[in-house]
Amino acid sequence: MSTDTLTIGKALNLGLRRAMEDDAKVVLMGEDIGRLGGVFRITDGLQKDFGEDRVVDTPLAEAGILGTAVGLAMRGYRPVCEIQFDGFVFPAYNQIVTQVAKIHARSKGRLTMPIVIRIPFGGGIGAVEHHSESPEAYFAHTAGLKVVAVSNPVDAYWGIQQAIAHPDPIVFLEPKRRYWEKAPVDTDAVPDPLFASRVVRGGDDVTVLAYGPMVKTALQAAEAAAEEGRSLEVIDLRTVSPLDLDPVFESVRRTGRCVVVHEAPVTLGLGAEIAARVTETCFHSLEAPVLRVGGYDTPYPPSKLEEEYLPDLDRVLDAVDRSMGF
Amino acid sequence: MTALHQATEVVDPVPGASAPHLPQQPDLIQLLTPEGERVGHPDYPLDLSDDELRALYRDLALIRRWDVEATALQRQGELGIWASLLGQEAAQIGAGRAMRPGDMAFPTYREHGVAWARGVDPLQVMSLFRGVDNGGWDPAKLGFNLYTIVIGSQCLHATGYAMGMQRDGAENAVLAFLGDGATSQGEVNEAMIFAASFAAPVVFFCQNNQYAISVPLERQSRVPLYQRAAGFGFPGVRVDGNDVLAVLAVTRAALAAAREGQGPTFIEAFTYRMGAHTTSDDPTRYRLASELEEWKLRDPIARVKAYLARSGIADHAFFDSVDAEGDELAARIRTGTLDMPDPAPTEMFDHVFAEQTPELAAQRAQFVKYRASFEGGGH
Repeated sequence: MSTDTLTIGKALNLGLRRAMEDDAKVVLMGEDIGRLGGVFRITDGLQKDFGEDRVVDTPLAEAGILGTAVGLAMRGYRPVCEIQFDGFVFPAYNQIVTQVAKIHARSKGRLTMPIVIRIPFGGGIGAVEHHSESPEAYFAHTAGLKVVAVSNPVDAYWGIQQAIAHPDPIVFLEPKRRYWEKAPVDTDAVPDPLFASRVVRGGDDVTVLAYGPMVKTALQAAEAAAEEGRSLEVIDLRTVSPLDLDPVFESVRRTGRCVVVHEAPVTLGLGAEIAARVTETCFHSLEAPVLRVGGYDTPYPPSKLEEEYLPDLDRVLDAVDRSMGF
Repeated sequence: MTALHQATEVVDPVPGASAPHLPQQPDLIQLLTPEGERVGHPDYPLDLSDDELRALYRDLALIRRWDVEATALQRQGELGIWASLLGQEAAQIGAGRAMRPGDMAFPTYREHGVAWARGVDPLQVMSLFRGVDNGGWDPAKLGFNLYTIVIGSQCLHATGYAMGMQRDGAENAVLAFLGDGATSQGEVNEAMIFAASFAAPVVFFCQNNQYAISVPLERQSRVPLYQRAAGFGFPGVRVDGNDVLAVLAVTRAALAAAREGQGPTFIEAFTYRMGAHTTSDDPTRYRLASELEEWKLRDPIARVKAYLARSGIADHAFFDSVDAEGDELAARIRTGTLDMPDPAPTEMFDHVFAEQTPELAAQRAQFVKYRASFEGGGH
């Protein structure tokens, strides 16, 4: 057994390295990912060790990165594209939605698109506009894409390798404000499946769902609730599309209450879809409507206001109170 | 009149581009005049056997016959739509026949002639326009990607594919097709930047057919398109797109340069869309009949026929046999299109992913159950 304490950022770096060692067809592409090692240093040292053909500093053009990745994938490569920040994915949106997502279906399965689109996402870092967004619903709404959102170093290390080895295109969301969070990672372990949710804290009163950076917030809320004698069950969804809701249904049948937490605006966000599915499946078990805690339907605000905008421990507990009040 | 309209009208035309619909253009590479006279060009020698020349004529005539049949089938309600290549036969055959087996083409949705040259069965193109599928051919096997309908997106795929060839050490090249309208797309410009920066073995083949549906070239570009290449740092060349010999020679040279590691070339094939944009379009609303008449004099097939006949390379019997072959092809296309079975209803679920998700599998099962709930399991 080989266990190291790693940050999420370092775990991603090691996961990428291992994926590149395992498969010579893996090519990293992005802005500033080579010499600089990426603005968050996630690809630090990889160009030095794997060369400029495998860790490609691209021109500054996101559609160009994704569009050329499509061509490389057709040629048998496994491109891993870094989008520098969430808000910069939109120039590539056309390629992702009209091409990456559809080519497998268009070709009746003759062409596969094993492309990973890494996006540091979410707020809380005091950044300027376009650096704090949560665009997952756009991608989850698109047939042909899979969307993963990791929350911790273990899933970061294994998830990035599983995503790269997977035959379908995956939007891989990295919780940027948690990049420096640490945990022990056993690099010889057998990892959990990529597209599976996980109960991260057992409880009986309310089921709280989160993914990415909000998992920590949900756990903090559960801790605080416990002091008041309330028992929250926290589930890390881990995968946003496909959704693995069987553990959620099992939990809600016990608790009768469900709160979904994400940074993205609530309207038509993942919470809306999850609320619908939980209601369809667990209607007779519910003691309260499924509640959503998320960003408001505003553009992500200037950073002096982001603590007001982002769900935090208190807003999760407020939703728990409302759920218990039914 | 609004201020904007006034402003548009007082703009001085760009020198040399004042009559962009007329083929009297500078730097137009030509090996066969509209009258069918063979001319030479110092940079583009071309030595073809009589067999090869006759084969080019056959290609041109057969794809036009296919195109006529497809338009008729659409008019009769058998195709949802058809994008005619009428007038662009020489550009497409010249380009398609310049490619080698290991090369890869990235077409738009009008490259039926290139599809023909790459060995795609016309029925696999017809199935797309009939709404049966999105194109039935195997892109890797034929070296011809599926049609890409979002304008210009395929230029990036072509560039990425060429970057893959580079990494593989392959001695092949990519031919990326685009139109004059596509040159305004950001993705096309990004493709040319990536191609130049990485010296990717890709040739951008632009069929300038003068219109993006209804919008004329002047709205896309204030300079001749081939001159754009200079700004990206690679050669641009303008060829008479209605001259199959010139297109063949120019494209061969560009592909050879790309294979040898000299990076991209931009080819502007100067041509004219003699028909409508698609069968849903009405070109009489935006262009003059006289313009079409002018271009009919420069027909891409008539000049080859005149040359072959006058030089004794082909006789009546040959032309008659090609006509007969065309009629047979048209009959096969008609019958094959009408006989095409509709896809199985569940097919839409089957290739969304390489690894089906439980969610989609459940939707599919529900769909099957729903359909089966009707008496007899029918609609």
